[in-house]
Formats: sequence, C-alpha cells, structure tokens
Amino acid sequence: MSILVGAQTRLLVQGITGREGEFHSRAMLDYGTNIVAGVTPGKGGQAAVDGRVPVFDTVSDAVAQTGADAACIFVPAPFAPDAILEAAEAGLPLIVCITEGVPVLDMLRVHAVVAEKGSRLIGPNCPGLTTVGGAKVGIIPGDIHRPGPAGLVSRSGTLTYEVVQAMTDAGLGQTTCVGIGGDPIVGTSFIDVLELLNDDPETEAIVLIGEIGGEEEERAAAFCAARVRKPVAAFIAGRTAPPGRRMGHAGAIISGGGGTAESKRRALTEAGVRVADSPSQIPALLREAGVG
Amino acid sequence: MKLQEYRSKEVLARHGVPVAPGQTATTAEAARAAAERIGGPVVVKAQVLVGGRGKAGGVKLAATPEEAAARAGEILGMEIKGVTVRTVLVAPAARIAREHYLGLVLDRAAGTVTIIASADGGVEIEETARTNPDAILRLPLHPLLGLEEHQVRRVSFFLGIPAELRPAFATTLKGMHAAFIASDADLVEVNPLAITEEGELLALDAKIVLDDSALFRHPDLAEMRDLAEEEPSEIAAREAGINFIKLDGSIGCMVNGAGLAMTTMDLVKLAGGEPANFLDIGGGAKADRVAAAFRIILEDPNVRAILINIFGGITRGDEVARGIVEARETLGRQVPMVVRIVGTNAAEAAEILRAANLITAESLDDAASKAVAAASGSA
Repeated sequence: MSILVGAQTRLLVQGITGREGEFHSRAMLDYGTNIVAGVTPGKGGQAAVDGRVPVFDTVSDAVAQTGADAACIFVPAPFAPDAILEAAEAGLPLIVCITEGVPVLDMLRVHAVVAEKGSRLIGPNCPGLTTVGGAKVGIIPGDIHRPGPAGLVSRSGTLTYEVVQAMTDAGLGQTTCVGIGGDPIVGTSFIDVLELLNDDPETEAIVLIGEIGGEEEERAAAFCAARVRKPVAAFIAGRTAPPGRRMGHAGAIISGGGGTAESKRRALTEAGVRVADSPSQIPALLREAGVG
Repeated sequence: MKLQEYRSKEVLARHGVPVAPGQTATTAEAARAAAERIGGPVVVKAQVLVGGRGKAGGVKLAATPEEAAARAGEILGMEIKGVTVRTVLVAPAARIAREHYLGLVLDRAAGTVTIIASADGGVEIEETARTNPDAILRLPLHPLLGLEEHQVRRVSFFLGIPAELRPAFATTLKGMHAAFIASDADLVEVNPLAITEEGELLALDAKIVLDDSALFRHPDLAEMRDLAEEEPSEIAAREAGINFIKLDGSIGCMVNGAGLAMTTMDLVKLAGGEPANFLDIGGGAKADRVAAAFRIILEDPNVRAILINIFGGITRGDEVARGIVEARETLGRQVPMVVRIVGTNAAEAAEILRAANLITAESLDDAASKAVAAASGSA
C-alpha cells in the first residue's frame, strides 16, 4: 500500500546517461527500485548504469517495450518541459521532475497539458518521493528512512531529509515521503498529497513541511480542518526571512503581507495541526497525538 | 530580477505600449539638456528598484530646463530606503485627467497569468485591495490560449475607457501581454495608466519583474540588471553559484538547500542570536564553493561566528569536512566555527573537524546554541 509508488512501480528514467541521471539511477536501483528503462535521445540500444538498464531513444519506445508506468526526469532545465510533455504524451500516469530552474511560463503550459492527458506530475525542482521499503524515485537518500506509520509531504529538499532523519532517530518510521517541489508552479500540491495520505490505510499520521511564500500551506490547513482525520504535525521554514527577497527557492518570497511563516503557522494551528518550532520536535508532537 | 522604470518602458514600447519618450541622466547638466530636448514641463524621477520613491521626494516636477537641473541635482545622490540614486529619468509632464491601474501577474494559486485592473490608478494595488477590493478586476488567462479579444473588451469596459480610446487600450493591454510572454516575466505593471487632458492614453510608470529561471534565454534582458543597486557580496555570490542574501545579524550561516538554510536561520534566532545571512551553497558542496562562501560571509564585519550545517545525504560528509578545513586555512579573518555534518560518513567527518579544532554539533538545535554562544564570546 502506501501511496503513488511502491515495489510494483516500473520506473523509466529520462536523462539516464547524464551525470546526475546515472548517479541517482544507481542509488535508486541499490534501494530496490525497479528501473525498467532509461531514455536518452540518440543513445537507444545502449545499456546504462553498468549495463543494468536498457536505454531507448524515445519515451514511447521505452513504454511499448518495457511497460514502464512512471517517469523520473533528470534533464537540464531548458529541455525539461519538453521531457515532461513527452512522458505525458506516452501516457505515463506518474511523472516526477527533479530538475531545478525550469522557466515558470513553460510550466504553466506544461501543467495545462499534463492535466488534460490525465497524468500526475510531481515537481519540478523537487527531491522526488520514497515509499519506504518499496521504491525510491528521485534523490532522497535511501538510508535516512525506516518503515513506520507516518506519511510526509514537503516543499523542500534537504529540510525534508532533516525531518525524516529526526523521525528515524526517534524511532518513528515512515510510509511514503513526498517532496512536491519549491517552485511557484508545481504539478502536485500539498492538498493532493494530503488527500492521498488521508485515504491510505497504512498511514496513521501526517507530517507537513512548508515554507514562506504563496498560500499553499494556508489552503492545506483548511483542507486538514475539513477533511483530514489523522494527526498532523507541521514545520514552516522562514520565520526570519526578510520580505520581498527570494530565498533560494523561486517560490519562497513574501510579498504584500501574505505568505509569512507566522500566517501559515497560525492557519495550521487553528486547523488543529501541531506546529513545531524546530524539526527535532516533530517526533514528540506525533507521539503526543498517540502515534508510534 | 526587477527592471528599472526606464528599462521597463523600453521593453513595453517595443511591444507597442504608448510610453512618453523620456531620457535618463546621471548628472544635473545632463538632466537640463534632456529637459531642453523634450521641451515644456518635465518630471524628474529617481530610478531605484525600491518602492515609495514619490513619498521619499524622488519624483519632482520642473517647468524649465534650469528647474530640471536643480531638481535632478537634489535627487541624484539622495538615499531612498538605503539605495543611493545614481540615475534619473526625465520625461514630459503629462496633464492627467484620469489614472488607472493595469497589471499582469503570475498567479501561483490559479496557475495562470492573471490580469489585474483597477479604475483607481496612482496608488499601490495592495492599498486598493485593502480599502476597496470590489474596485479590482482579476481575470485569469488560459495558459494555452493567452489573451482573448473578449477579455480585452471586458477589462476596457470595467475601467470605463471612453469609446474613442478603446483601440488604443486594446493595443496597450495586448502589448503588455506580449511583453510578459516574450520576456518570461513574473509581473508587468503600468501604474498609472493615464488618460491625459489631451485625450491620450499613456503609460506614465512601469514595472517589470522577470523570472530568474528564464534569463538564460534572454541575454539582452539579463544585461539590464542594475548591479549598482545590489550588495557587492550578493553579486559575488551569484557569480560563484551560491544563493546569498545579506542580513543584519552576527552569525554567518552556510547550509546546503534553501529550506534547510531558512530553518538554520530560524533556529539561530530561536536560540537567541541573529543570522547575518541566508546562504544556500547548493548540491555537492564542493571545496571551491565552500571557500567562496567563507569569503563572502567574512566580508561582513558584523559576523562573529559561522554556523555550517550540511545534510550530506548523497554528498560524502568527510569530503565536505576536508573542504571546510582546507578553505579555513586560506581565510584572512578567523572567527569561531560550529560545524554540523549529517549523512554519509558523518563519523569520519566529525573526526576531521575535531582534529582541526572546529566546534562540532550533533543536532541542528545544538549547533544553533553553540553558534550563538560562540558569537557572544562565551564558547
């Protein structure tokens, strides 16, 4: 069970022969992810990652010959939108785009097409997702996890690892951890993942990691109040961030008084979510709620 | 990246938006000459990227070229919110009959480019949103269809544009939209969009914010970056591939990943200290980038201690530790350093750091407290 990916996932990696693509494909294979194909235009017929993965020229060839049902994209930013569209066109139900720095207007158009094709896009500018003991898709280090009752959704990369490590160290394991990405326009929202985790029978509690900018966390808070029937703990990064400045993530900018860490913390607290001051407090907040 | 007003107007004019022909000047004498060429009354406007320049006295009218020189002399060199004015724009002074607000913005919630229009121009749209939200029209555009004729008409009627000016208004809105798409903008704003006593439609002020991620395909726009208005340390950081924002505290931070970097700052504050900067060193944390990050952090004389927080993950912790020790040897100024490295080979990393007499920490909370103590001299 758990959500989105698992031992049954047949993964295809776009950009598998690049430096990043090959490095992370090896880590995914070592974790036990079933990578059935790689795609690099012009390198069809070769085998990547020490001969472990067959390479195809196009996504549609790879899908036809291997039955791949999910894509992970490591293509450089100028070409990533096209790679996402190629995966959607080939009918892949799940597309995970790791690439950072994709132009936002490209993402608006891609988002519209992906929705029309019925695919789910995670990212871009995200670390991917891991179903503990099932499959790791993306770049989240595999060894920070342990199996357990909590699902996690986050807008961040290394901050996600920090929280997962704190949970694992405290003996509190995870079902699926999803990094949705730090860009202003991403394929899958907090609410989408909250809904999946809420409906997943294996997940007993949910951890939400947000940051300043936009109103996604406020919307997630409203969704928690209305729909989520499991304990939720949260951490919001950026209480000390100055207004109007982009803090690394393109989405992390406070403007016009909204989108501050305080407004997000308030919204979550009012929705009954337990809000931590430090990532290290997350395990204790979940324990308070009777989890683990 | 924000464009200065005169740059924004250049971009808009290229797409057919009616803009009064102004000229920039960096000296009072040049402002006088510009006013002479323009003829008649002019407005002298400070070119700075911070808001509120009108209230700060950075926008002044001048009836004659001599007055223009005098006003420019007052404005040039003036400080507005910490930014020194180096350039003014000299433009014809319009006789304004009506002022509107017209903008296109990347609407992250809707996932669209959205038109924002208000009949109340000349004030900040955030102000109108607070005081009179019903006076604002928000119109999302389909990501694949773009701006449609009926939408242009709807905005035109909403603002009550007189019939004879509707074609000019259509040209303006379509031009703004074309500029938005062609330059990969996050924001294109004309405020005020004026109707003059002479019955002309004119963009009197303009603001464009570009998507940094798309600058690679707009080298001409990337060159419009105003380096004079940025922190030299932030320019150096960008050139080294580091995300850096200078703040006012005493504890320098070096972290991999933006979310974790913000969290590290937050925990410094929670431990009773003040962060001196936001710094995301990016993936890999290679030795040359670590060295560049040290130099940038230590250029700030307020920095009394440095907190280094690296979640190794896929990067090997011992390599990062060696990079830190090596880079430290080359530094001109020594301050206490608290280093926390987690992930692959963290134990080996801790060994290297201890041998080099660096303060190590197990957890992030612990690292923040130790850095605060070190900065206040009690470590």
